[in-house]
Amino acid sequence: MACESWKAKLDTDLDGELPEEEMRTFDAHVRGCVSCAADALTRIQMKRAIQVAGKRFAPSAEFRKRMQQSIASKPQRSFRLAWILAAASVVLVAAALTTTYMATRSGRDQVSRNRVFSEIADLHVATLASAAPVDVVSTDRHTVKPWFQGRIPFAFNLPELQNTQFSLVGGRMAYLDQTPGAHLIYDVRKHHISVFVFQERALPSWPSSWSAKLPGADENSLAPKNLPFNMETWNQGGLRYFVIGDASSADIDGLAKLLKAAP
Amino acid sequence: MASGNKTPARWFNLVCVSEDIVPSGSFEQLAMPHFERLYNFACWLTQDRLEAEDLVQETYAKALKGFSSFQPGTNFRAWIYKILRNTFLTSRTGLKATATVPLDPEGEDEDLPTVSETPESILLQRSDGQVLQQAMEQLPVAYREVLLLCEVEEMSYQEIAAMLAIPIGTVMSRLSRARRALRDGLRLRLQKG
Repeated sequence: MACESWKAKLDTDLDGELPEEEMRTFDAHVRGCVSCAADALTRIQMKRAIQVAGKRFAPSAEFRKRMQQSIASKPQRSFRLAWILAAASVVLVAAALTTTYMATRSGRDQVSRNRVFSEIADLHVATLASAAPVDVVSTDRHTVKPWFQGRIPFAFNLPELQNTQFSLVGGRMAYLDQTPGAHLIYDVRKHHISVFVFQERALPSWPSSWSAKLPGADENSLAPKNLPFNMETWNQGGLRYFVIGDASSADIDGLAKLLKAAP
Repeated sequence: MASGNKTPARWFNLVCVSEDIVPSGSFEQLAMPHFERLYNFACWLTQDRLEAEDLVQETYAKALKGFSSFQPGTNFRAWIYKILRNTFLTSRTGLKATATVPLDPEGEDEDLPTVSETPESILLQRSDGQVLQQAMEQLPVAYREVLLLCEVEEMSYQEIAAMLAIPIGTVMSRLSRARRALRDGLRLRLQKG
């Protein structure tokens, strides 16, 4: 088939909507045709740019809360309301005492966290945009983990991924506040997820017990307003983990659980 | 037509993933995971955050009311997006948007040849996401929605066809026209500097 005929079907192919047989033939053609390969790559980049540009608007935490309340099932709502009322009187007293102290401190912490979230998001995006996103390419954790020996001043565990939907793509070095750390890339149903591991003590103004899922109903105010990714962070064994990607929050959470349970 | 999520591993590793068949659960459990994306889609349709909030709110109210008609095990995402879209189309903004922007006649579109110029590559070189967003905003709503459903929501052609109540061939031709219109819009903006 001539190139022009293929190019007319290029978008359909990139949408994954060509019949399998035709896709295979097309793949073989693209591997050997510079013109079609260049055209395809431009369109892939365009698709990615639209995906990023298209995830532009995020609802406010207040609106989310309002919606959640409006659709919550009635028994659940009344139980929650009763619980809130009972707890509120106790919390109110404690809150009044600590508000003044915490306001100053949390404001400072929030700025610091926002900056870290932004940097993590930047690292994730910059890596995916790179022609060589990983320095060690392997789906085997026993290959990827040893690669970091001598490169970072700590060790960490990686989970077994058999019978899960996740696959390891590879790893590379990452730096945050001039501190070296590990950057691992996983795939889940064509989405790329970055996992960053840094030493907790190397991150300034970061409460060691703090963990969060972003964007989330409670923690939304801690995240940069336009963070277009789902992210989860926690501390484990003196290491700070960040899991970030445009996959669903359930996928991010699933990978985080696997990492937390890694032997 | 191959379904997006049945696609084998490819050289470009970027295909449509559209599996959203869910088992059963309460309305809240099924609906809230789609909240952020529905709001984003509503913003793109209405181009106004307050209107988008109203639209999402009305969508959830309608969906909750009609939840008994939803069949567990079927595609909840397509169901609730369809409600949102229909609600938008009957709103004042929706009626205005669809009434004032004529589309080319649709049907089985001819295979469109690739243009030799690539505003995409110029845009990507400049890394100017704002220009792209502006070009997307300027698309007629019928093009904007099909592009968002395919690229951002990663729906298969089949899902989009079911949601928009149009044949798959029309989805393809509309997508093709949307992409061409976006390229033209980008080219125009880049020429203006």
